Amino acid sequence: MKIDVPALSLVILVGVSGSGKSTFARKHFKATEVISSDFCRGLVSDDENDQAATKDAFEVLHFIAAKRLAAGRLTVIDATNVQPEARRELVALAREYDVLPVAIVLDPPERVAVERNEQRADRQFGSKVVTRQLGQLKRGLRSLKREGFRKVHVLSSVEEIDAVSIERTRLFNDLTDVSGPFDIVGDIHGCLPELEQLLTNLGYTLTRDAAGRLVDAAHPSRRAIFVGDLVDRGPDSPGVLRLVMGMVAAGNAYCVPGNHEDKLLRSLQGKNVKVSHGLETTLAQLEDETPEFRAEVATFIDGLISHYVFDEGKLVVSHAGLVERMHGRASGRVRSFCLYGETTGETDEFGLPVRYPWANEYRGRAMVVYGHTPTPEPEWINNTICLDTGAVFGGSLTALRYPERELVQVKAAKEYYAPAKPLHVASAPEREPDVLELTDVTGRRVIETSSHGRLSVRAEQAGAALEVMSRFAIDPRFLLYLPPTMSPVATSKLPGLLEHPLQAFETYQGVGVTDLVCEEKHMGSRAVVLLTRDDDVALKRFGLAGRGAIHTRTGRSFFDPALTDELLSRLRAVAVEAGLFEELDTSWLLFDAELLPWSAKAEDLLRNQYAAVGAAARTSLPAATAALSSAVAAGLDVGELLATMEQRAVNAGRFTEAYRRYCWPTNGLDGVRLAPFQVLASEGATYQNRPHAWHLGIADRMVAAGPDVITPTRRLFVGPDGWDEGVAWWEELTGAGGEGMVVKPALNLVRTGKGLAQPGLKVRGPEYLRLIYGPDYTEPANFERLRDRNLGHKRSLALREYALGLESLERAARGEPLWRIHECVFAVLALESEPVDPRL
Amino acid sequence: MFLTLTTDLTGFDLPASDFGFLLHKNPGRPQRTDITGGTAHVFYPEATTERCTAAVLLEIDPIALVRAGRGKSSEGFTLGQYVNDRPYAASSLLAVALSKFFRTAMIGRCDARPELAAAAIPLEIHVPALPCRGGTELAERMFAPLGWAVDARPVPLDPEVPTWGDSRYVDLRLTGVVRLADALNHLYVMLPVLDDAKHYWVGSDEVDKLVRAGSGWLGAHPEKDLISHRYLAHRRYLSDDALERLAEADGIEVADEAPESEGPVSLAVERRTTVAAVLRELGARRIVDVGCGEGALVGELLKDPMIGELIGTDVSARALISAKRRLHYDDLPDRQRDRLKFLQSSVTYADERLAGLDAAVLMEVIEHVDPPRLPALSHSVFRAARPAAVVVTTPNSEYNVRFESLAAGKFRHPDHRFEWTRAEFQTWASGVADRYGYAVEYRPVGPEDPEVGPPTQLALFRRMEVAA
Repeated sequence: MKIDVPALSLVILVGVSGSGKSTFARKHFKATEVISSDFCRGLVSDDENDQAATKDAFEVLHFIAAKRLAAGRLTVIDATNVQPEARRELVALAREYDVLPVAIVLDPPERVAVERNEQRADRQFGSKVVTRQLGQLKRGLRSLKREGFRKVHVLSSVEEIDAVSIERTRLFNDLTDVSGPFDIVGDIHGCLPELEQLLTNLGYTLTRDAAGRLVDAAHPSRRAIFVGDLVDRGPDSPGVLRLVMGMVAAGNAYCVPGNHEDKLLRSLQGKNVKVSHGLETTLAQLEDETPEFRAEVATFIDGLISHYVFDEGKLVVSHAGLVERMHGRASGRVRSFCLYGETTGETDEFGLPVRYPWANEYRGRAMVVYGHTPTPEPEWINNTICLDTGAVFGGSLTALRYPERELVQVKAAKEYYAPAKPLHVASAPEREPDVLELTDVTGRRVIETSSHGRLSVRAEQAGAALEVMSRFAIDPRFLLYLPPTMSPVATSKLPGLLEHPLQAFETYQGVGVTDLVCEEKHMGSRAVVLLTRDDDVALKRFGLAGRGAIHTRTGRSFFDPALTDELLSRLRAVAVEAGLFEELDTSWLLFDAELLPWSAKAEDLLRNQYAAVGAAARTSLPAATAALSSAVAAGLDVGELLATMEQRAVNAGRFTEAYRRYCWPTNGLDGVRLAPFQVLASEGATYQNRPHAWHLGIADRMVAAGPDVITPTRRLFVGPDGWDEGVAWWEELTGAGGEGMVVKPALNLVRTGKGLAQPGLKVRGPEYLRLIYGPDYTEPANFERLRDRNLGHKRSLALREYALGLESLERAARGEPLWRIHECVFAVLALESEPVDPRL
Repeated sequence: MFLTLTTDLTGFDLPASDFGFLLHKNPGRPQRTDITGGTAHVFYPEATTERCTAAVLLEIDPIALVRAGRGKSSEGFTLGQYVNDRPYAASSLLAVALSKFFRTAMIGRCDARPELAAAAIPLEIHVPALPCRGGTELAERMFAPLGWAVDARPVPLDPEVPTWGDSRYVDLRLTGVVRLADALNHLYVMLPVLDDAKHYWVGSDEVDKLVRAGSGWLGAHPEKDLISHRYLAHRRYLSDDALERLAEADGIEVADEAPESEGPVSLAVERRTTVAAVLRELGARRIVDVGCGEGALVGELLKDPMIGELIGTDVSARALISAKRRLHYDDLPDRQRDRLKFLQSSVTYADERLAGLDAAVLMEVIEHVDPPRLPALSHSVFRAARPAAVVVTTPNSEYNVRFESLAAGKFRHPDHRFEWTRAEFQTWASGVADRYGYAVEYRPVGPEDPEVGPPTQLALFRRMEVAA
């Protein structure tokens, strides 16, 4: 005998002690699928037969079962389950996780069970227990089905038990092996002319019957999926039904039911339903059809599955959407959600139920496509999209091409039915900010990156980042990227130098990268610029009014909103002039740049820290050296101390020179300049695989288009035999007071045998390093201690942040939900809170 | 890092170089001693019968200073702790050096010249780079009551950038006739007080030290409150290193939380009392204090036995640790502790843990959020958490003219992103109420001024129940 068990179900074995449940379970299921009450008793009390531990044991059993069901794993309960209360709790558990409860009753003759128990040394509770259990079992047997089990299988002899085989059946909604491509069609509501036009536009060939009625449509390589609400309100519901039924029967389409089909079915079945909301139209139209057709319609609707999971779980289609925990599940609750969605229990000013905004909270991997709620324009919310664009209300009929994510629309010929509320106010009067939840960013997190595998963020790091992000960062919708930290070169062995280009060249050569580019390190602040082509792009693409953003490496805006907009409009003019939007075929552009001068952002820091050091030194050191000189003149032995202080005075002077190079007066935007050096992302594209020559070429064109606001980035390409030239260039740059340079692989993102290569290594000039290592770092005693730098942590951090940055760019370019982008951006900030030697 | 003490011992019929006996330091022999982060030297540039100058010089080693302050962990410091003015300015390190070199002189003992130690002697003190928050005027206020003639000159920040103005240093010269022990104690207390910087190494015995060093003069000093406040206020008992690192990555200074310039402390108390009364009036049993800070309101509400569940949230983990410490959270009886929970949360993210409570309080919170982020705040409070009532307080900017210490156009707190007039606040509040289905009413907090209204304004939102 064969028993069908749904692939995702809670299998409850029922049988007296000694009926052979454990043996049965072992034979037919994986050991990890079976949770036995004896085992749980052992877990909590070290004794599998300790009846006093039963309560605790069942708590453990339920806890494990709940975890497994939440994860979508078939689970078998091996306990006697002869009492209805015990079964009731398990059925409730199955319902809670929307899986099917199945009972398998093992009911061999009583003596078999008694004998088995007698043979077991650890079960000396006599035959009375078995008899009592058997009584309970027999009393409950008849009502098992009514307890809510989907299927009940009773095996009442040893032979039957031995002969049985278990077959796992897929759920009806499981079409994970069907991968499309698909054309998913929104709510039709009897708009046959629009449907015909839409299918034609999508490339389907239509078939008509002898009477000229549409009965099928086929595409050579694609299949259609209908999200339901085929009927009611519109001009020809029977015609739509006939076509869709034909397509489904021919295997050219799938269809899920809408609430209107559900109501129509109940009406056709003669149940008492209120004939309203357009049902009256459909019923009248069906009057003209044959009774056979009406019967076919009823059978068709009755056979519809409330939702489907396609393409290895990447696509879910249901009429009213579906929360992730219900994907691929089966229960009355799931069906009800699919047909009606979830409502808050409130009604709006038009008397319509307020729908619970489940999509705002959706964090699932699968794309969810649905209809049900008319909206003027389909809109992606967290990888879900509603295709009901109110065709019957004079809107349009919409199809989504999957996996292309393209929308194809046919405008309705007219308003067939007056909506209860005007279509243009169908969605919220003002768009809600994309909802980010605390759980999107806090706690320990693991993020899968395409370039560097799984990266984790610790909870404390996330905590520190939460404060900075919440208090200072710009709106996350404009915050697509935070730049990674950059490692310096390995410490130089040359006398008097901590950093030197040779170490950069050698390090890259060591991993087989010999074509390099040296880029001038600007004396400014790192800036990320989000630029839009015109003023409505930001609202349309990012859901936020404005022109874009110019933010720091921790996500703060450089300027107030007015100045930001002004600078963005200058930069927009530059990008337009340089033809970047056309060339990259995009309406927005994200690039990496340096904003100058440093004092524009960090004036307080310069004044209160660097200039203060200079001022204190300038005042105290001359007094100290004067006193020491007098003491030396008086014959005291303080000559060495005097020399030290004199040298300190010289060093402090150099330190002052060094910081002064970073300041020039700015007034508003006058004097502010931007040096772009890398394009990060645009619609549908990221640029880490374009060589730096390309990026710098774009930068040069921006310089040409806007020399008053864009500063060029000087660079030198260095091949395997160009090291001397590279060193000379660096010496020239730093000798003239420059900060130094960054050495990068010319090809940009480079993967070596050891994984990702560092995207860049900074080589800072000796005078600039005074600002970092202190005025006196060049003194031999200090220098020797400073040479001992631990770069390992910094390098690892730089790579992890780089990979997270790329991941956020890729997600942004693909148009992924905000939370998916934000989690990467947030993770970069979280990693930046790591304690690392700040001088590196 | 440098100061000199000079005397000519006029009127004492003794060679000026006898100053060496008083200081217990031989003028002919420079001395050195190790201090935290470096070496301190004492030497005499001049020691003649006419005039005697003792100089104290610190040779600070910033590398060692960071290592001393951080214990063994060599990585977790900020650049500001590393490249700073400590090697040049007269900070608490100099005070520490004084107490090490002149311990005996500071208690006024001198066996060789006891009459001199007991007498007021003519003294000149020069501190060329004294960090002085409050400028020359404060230096005057601090030293003049102690009998010093004060010559304090501002030091420009950078002579090449005149627009930057003066630095926080003054070049200080004191002259007076003062007992040496008193003079040394004055310096010992005043150097850190005027500096007013964080003391990374302040220990728990600082109160004792202040009492000892201030005996005989501090009690009568007109600025004694400010002195003791500054001397003790900067103990860092909580680490916020991670935050400082992030700020520094941006080249932004980590500002010390400046006290609110709202004048009398009673306004804060008044606010808490009013909010607590509103909550009682609402009969709220389950309450979240959003942005609870160090837990002052939570502490107040905890006393009300009718409140069954109290949640304090803040975006700053550090604030929550403070709040727990203030309320002795870990030592509360279980029953009390069960009522109270502290959670790190943020008003710009939806937090499901806060859903469905009776009331949410946002006391002086919204003005710390950038205006473009306010829609996210309203969403997280009024849509995601959706409590039955929301109480919001915020400064009434019209009232600012009544604060004498507040310059025109300035906010009451440096972190305020805006301060609203009553009309501005009500525009925002009524918009939020409409959008999310709340009714809103406004109430004053604090004495209402006929012209400019109350110092603080309060909006009470009540969720409108939709008829089923």
